[in-house]
Amino acid sequence: MKQLTVLSGKGGTGKTTLTASVAVLAKKAILADCDVDAPDLHILLHPEIMRTQEFRGSKLAIINDAKCTECGLCREKCRFDAITEDIKVDPIACEGCGVCTVVCPVKAITLTERISGHAYISKTKYGFMAHAMLSPGETNSGKLVTLVRQNAKMLAEKENSDLVIIDGSPGIGCPVIASVTGADIGLVVTEPTMSGIHDLKRVLQLLKHFNVRPFVCINMYDVNRDNTEKILSFCKENSIEIAGRIPFNHQVTEAMVNERTIIEYSPESNVAKEIESIWKKILPSLKSESSF
Amino acid sequence: MIVSIASGKGGTGKTSVAVNMALSIGNVQLLDCDVEEPNVHLFLHPDINRVEPVYILVPVVNEELCDHCGKCAEFCRYNAIFVSSERVLIFPELCHSCGGCVLVCPRKVITEEKHRIGTLKSGSAGDLELVYGELEIGEPMPVPVIKEVKRQIKKDRNVILDSPPGTSCPVIETVRGSDFCILVTEPTPFGLHDLKIMVQVLDGMRTPFGVVVNRAGIGDEKVYEYCREKNIPILLEIPYQRKIAEFYSRGVAFSLEMPEWKEKFQTLFNEIRELVSK
Repeated sequence: MKQLTVLSGKGGTGKTTLTASVAVLAKKAILADCDVDAPDLHILLHPEIMRTQEFRGSKLAIINDAKCTECGLCREKCRFDAITEDIKVDPIACEGCGVCTVVCPVKAITLTERISGHAYISKTKYGFMAHAMLSPGETNSGKLVTLVRQNAKMLAEKENSDLVIIDGSPGIGCPVIASVTGADIGLVVTEPTMSGIHDLKRVLQLLKHFNVRPFVCINMYDVNRDNTEKILSFCKENSIEIAGRIPFNHQVTEAMVNERTIIEYSPESNVAKEIESIWKKILPSLKSESSF
Repeated sequence: MIVSIASGKGGTGKTSVAVNMALSIGNVQLLDCDVEEPNVHLFLHPDINRVEPVYILVPVVNEELCDHCGKCAEFCRYNAIFVSSERVLIFPELCHSCGGCVLVCPRKVITEEKHRIGTLKSGSAGDLELVYGELEIGEPMPVPVIKEVKRQIKKDRNVILDSPPGTSCPVIETVRGSDFCILVTEPTPFGLHDLKIMVQVLDGMRTPFGVVVNRAGIGDEKVYEYCREKNIPILLEIPYQRKIAEFYSRGVAFSLEMPEWKEKFQTLFNEIRELVSK
C-alpha cells in the first residue's frame, strides 16, 4: 500500500481542492481527511457515514471540592496554568498530565477521560473515506490524525486498495507530522506569494526530516509569475520534482460553492486538465511494488 | 487592549488584516503567534534586535542510580519515557514537559534539562514593535513557543496577535486572554464551515468577536446569512481585487499603496474598542 499526503505549510493554498480532485481521478483509492480541526474534504465528496467512533484523546483533572483543602500545591506544580486562583480546573488549559493528582496531599484530584472528538468511516462515490472532527477547542489533534490514518489503513486492507490519499492540515506541527510520517509522497501545494514561498521551504525541510519524497505543485501560478519562477528555480537547485502549475480560474470557487470538485464541475477547464496531468506525473511513484 | 486575529480555515487573510491594521494605528505591538509558519515579518522587514532560543524541560535519568522500576513510564501520558529491564529511553519530542516523572520517581534520580524547540525574535519596523516565534523543524509542539511570544506582551500598547489557522490548541493558546477576536473568513463553503467551528470555540471561551469578510464578491451569500442569523457583527469587507492579491503576493501591505484602506482599518480598530468598552 502506498500513501500520498497533500500538505502546504501555509493555509488556504488549495490542498483540499487538489485532494478531492485527485480522489476523483484515482478511482477507488482510500481517502483520509487528516485536517481534523477544520476538515473540509467532506464538503466536496459528500461521504455517507457508516460508522462513528468516539475519540478519547485526553484526560481532564477533576477536583473533589468536599476533600479539597485549597492548599494550592496543585496550582503551584501545574505547568499549564490550568488551576485558577480559587483552585478550580480550567478545562481549556488542562492537558490531563496528572501532576496535580500526584501532588495533592489529600487525594482530592482524579483524572477523567473526555470525549475530544469523533472519527468516522464513510462511503463516497470515489471510494471509502476515513475522517474525523475534533471537538471545538480540544487538544491532541495529532492522536486523532493517527486514528484516522489507522482507519484508512484498515479500509485499504479490507478493500484491497493499494493507495491512501491523505488531506493534511496547514502548519508543520503535531497534526502535520502525524499526517506525513511513513507516507511515500508529500505533495506540497504552494502559491506564488512571499508567504507561500517562505512556508514551502519550511514544509520541504519537514519532509526531508521525516524522509518523505516531495513533489511541489504551484497553485494560481499566474498571479505572480516572478515568484513562480523563484519557486521553480528553488526546486531545481534542490532537486525537488515539480508536479505541475495550476492557473487561476474563477471556476474553482464556483465548483466549491456547488460543493463539487473542479474535475466534475468543469472537466474541460484548464484547471481540471492540469490536475489530470499532475496526477499522471505522480502516479508512477505510487504504484505498489506488488503490482509490477 | 489585546486583539487576536483567527480564522479556522487557513489562507483567509489573517496576516493581511493583522499587518494592515497594525500599520494603520499607533502605539502597536504586533505578535505573530503562528510559530509554525510565521509570515508577518515578510511584510514588515523589521530590524531584529533580539534572538533567543525557546526551551522546554525534558527529563534526564541518572541510569547509575535508576532501578528501572518503570513508575515514570507508567505515569507519562505522552509515551515519552520507555523503561526496559536494563535501559531507560527518553523521547524529548513527545515530552509535554509536565514534570510528573520527576515527582513520581521513588529514588529521585530524574532531573530535567533544556531541550530547544524554537526561537523567539523581536524587533521593530518604524515605531511598530514586532515579536514572533519559530518552531524548530520536526518539533511537534508549538504551544510553548506561543506562550513565550505572549510573555512579551506589553499591556499599555495596542496589542495585535496573529493566530495560526485551525481551531485547536495553538489557536486557543493565542486567543486566550484577548479582549476581542477578529475572525477572518471568505464567503465560500470552506470559509463558512470553519468559521462556524471557530464561533463555537470562542463562545466556549467567552471571548467577544466579530467577522471580517475577505475576498468579498467571490463565492456565495451564506457567510452573511449565517452572521445575520447569529447576530455576529461584520466589521469589514475586503473585496476580491486582483490588485490586492498582487500586493499580497509581493509581500506588500496593501494599505500602504492604497491609502483609503488605512482609514478603514482605523475605523475597524475604533469599532472594536467601542465593542470592548461596552
